[in-house]
Amino acid sequence: MLGAFLETLIGGLLTGVLYSLVALGFVLIFKASGVFNFAQGAMVLFAALTIARLSGEIDNKEVHLANFVVAAAILGVAVALIGWYAWREYVARGAGPDERRKMQMLAAVGALVGGIAAYSYGKGAWPIWLAIAATAAIMGLLAYAIERLVLRHLVNQEGIILFMATLGIANFLDGFGQTLWGSDIYKINLGLPKDPLFLFENVFPGGLLVDPGELVAAGIAAGLVVVLAIFFQKTRVGRALRAVADDHAAAQSVGIPLNTIWLIVWTVSGLVALAAGLIWGAKLGVQFSISLIALKALPVLILGGFTSVPGAIVGGLIIGAGEKLSEVFLAPVLVKAFDLAGGGIENWFAYMLALVFLLFRPQGLFGERIIERV
Amino acid sequence: MGLRKAALRKAVIFGAAVAAAGFVATATVQAQTPGPNDQFIAGLIYRTGAYAPNGIPFANGIADYYALVNARDGGINGVKISYEECDTAYATDRGVECYERLKNKGPTGTAYVSPLSTGITFALTEKAPIDKIPIISMGYGRSESRDGSVFQWNFPLLGTYWSAADIIMQHIAKKEGGFDKLKGKKIVLVYHDSPYGKEPIALLEQRAKMHGFEFTPMPVTHPGVEQKATWLQIRQNRPDYVLLWGWGVMNSTSIKEAAAVGFPRDKMYGVWWSGAEPDVRPAEDGAKGYNAAMLQHGAGQFAVHADLKKFLYDKGQGSAKYDETGEVLYNRGLINGMLGVESIRKAQTKFGNKPLTGEQVRWGIENLEISAARIKELGFEGMLQPMKVSCSDHEGTRAGRIQQWDGKKWTVVSEWYESDDKVIKPMVDAAAKKYAEEKKLTVRDCSKES
Repeated sequence: MLGAFLETLIGGLLTGVLYSLVALGFVLIFKASGVFNFAQGAMVLFAALTIARLSGEIDNKEVHLANFVVAAAILGVAVALIGWYAWREYVARGAGPDERRKMQMLAAVGALVGGIAAYSYGKGAWPIWLAIAATAAIMGLLAYAIERLVLRHLVNQEGIILFMATLGIANFLDGFGQTLWGSDIYKINLGLPKDPLFLFENVFPGGLLVDPGELVAAGIAAGLVVVLAIFFQKTRVGRALRAVADDHAAAQSVGIPLNTIWLIVWTVSGLVALAAGLIWGAKLGVQFSISLIALKALPVLILGGFTSVPGAIVGGLIIGAGEKLSEVFLAPVLVKAFDLAGGGIENWFAYMLALVFLLFRPQGLFGERIIERV
Repeated sequence: MGLRKAALRKAVIFGAAVAAAGFVATATVQAQTPGPNDQFIAGLIYRTGAYAPNGIPFANGIADYYALVNARDGGINGVKISYEECDTAYATDRGVECYERLKNKGPTGTAYVSPLSTGITFALTEKAPIDKIPIISMGYGRSESRDGSVFQWNFPLLGTYWSAADIIMQHIAKKEGGFDKLKGKKIVLVYHDSPYGKEPIALLEQRAKMHGFEFTPMPVTHPGVEQKATWLQIRQNRPDYVLLWGWGVMNSTSIKEAAAVGFPRDKMYGVWWSGAEPDVRPAEDGAKGYNAAMLQHGAGQFAVHADLKKFLYDKGQGSAKYDETGEVLYNRGLINGMLGVESIRKAQTKFGNKPLTGEQVRWGIENLEISAARIKELGFEGMLQPMKVSCSDHEGTRAGRIQQWDGKKWTVVSEWYESDDKVIKPMVDAAAKKYAEEKKLTVRDCSKES
């Protein structure tokens, strides 16, 4: 019994670390801009699809190339739109021919890089590291596009409006990602170990089962969390981010550029989405359901608070362990005791757990205390 | 600011125009307006959403079969098929919306619908009698809907979930040396927590009562990407067999989790919706030895595929890639298309070679009989057994086999089984009677039907 309990606990905690990773993306954006970014799940899917397709096997070359042409075309239109818009803006501000030439140069460089990328892609699928690097660049571009085309125009709007905007982005990205890259199941091969490990076999009959793939994934996620913590606490940009989070107006008055900060935050959360997509994609295969993982982050956020990085981590661990333990040990008891129809409880139990916490600490476990001064 | 706004607006309009042009271009390829002499068929399919990897090959198969009939035979006895897809994303509300949009299209409305979703089938079962449109739910839907005296408009052709569960249990019993050897064994059902996944529970409970094995159903919530808890329980309970009633990503996740907890894959049996290539491939080596029931057919290319190559793929008109046309779900789409076309052909013998209404086609399905010779003629030899539908039996046939994944391909590992009607028929009668009473339906007397 103890063995079974420990095994479930370990499994739950490891899954919990992965939930934390998705929750982290939400927290970053909420902290810096007060936006609840509903598109985080869609960003995870988009990043995972991009990596999987760029590093995909050669046997589907024919389809790959066709997709790539479409992708390049759509990307080209997107870049042209952004460029044209930026140029108009410069002209409107009374910029001279120099500015114009600069934009033209930029467009030429973009086209050149795109061409080289397309050519080398035509030669064969990219190694995983190159695919990850390219995806990181694409996520940066995406952040730029979101900031330029959506957020910038919604400055000073109500939080709910911004939330609605991210809902739109989520749906757009879900569909666009699949249109671009297809909706089949794709593989990301990180070379994670697959054979189960059995620990303490002489203590517990049958040993304690640990999934080594999840262990590695949890390690990567933990490393990322440490890097982010350092970034927030120790760097100039991190301090600026925290300043913006505390008070937009005050931060602006000391010369912190709000738009740049937003761009950085969205890029960072795009990179977190990339990490989450990489790990979940390697675990489950890349397909649409990955975007639904975001729903798993919601109870984590309720529990951990929307503004706390440690909260996202501890929250993830509690939710992960809580839902697995409840499903394995509580559900059978409940079903037997009340003669219920049955059904999985782990999904709603996570929310229950979060709600109970919410009753006692409305700001979440580690969230900032809500103090209203009248 | 004004200029900037104007620039943004232009940018948005430009972008929208580009996108719209793209959509129009794709839409014109797919949807041709049905002509006055065309037989219209609505396709409730899904190429997007969580279940797209399984929906796409099925949709390709069904579309290719209609295209083949048009290209090779010039339609069904000269009546061209006009086919239009509507993407339901496997969502019941969108499925109903698609149905409402397409049901009256063409000169006579749609001949029938095949929603490839038990949830949508449940929803349409209430609408079909009013609209007089038959539902072909090949290998899915309500198990009791094979009783045509109550479910006049439903046709769960080739097999219901009770048949599937029974065939799997017969196979397991055979391996153990008879049903009497199942006493004291533990059998777990890992199921999609939806109307679909719950369907086999009644039959398995009945069998458990009959043979004294311990049966435990374990639900997995949609979409089934998180199954750690379920499989840790399985590891602790150590069942002798696990049955899998999943769909889409849930299947491959189950197989991966089984590998992760070390449950032997050759003791796992999936339903025919858990036994296609997208279910096993993502699990890679972990799927070796995994078994699944077959809705008669399996993977592989047969005579009809040669026609597909000649009339469609060599001309660049196929929906898939030719290599993929032998996959399990693609073949299932082909068969679904074929059974629909043959039903229309049958109905034409009574109502004439012209576009037919759903009501007329319903008669065709109910009187459908496909002999071994006809199966061969159609190019489906090796995929199907002869079948005969009737008023009292909307299933047509209850035969199936078991296949096993060897890491590269599916191999058939059993003889043909037939589900045991001594067990199933009384359950069907009771459930259908209950449904008729609840919905206050008039029950047809099948002995008086021709």
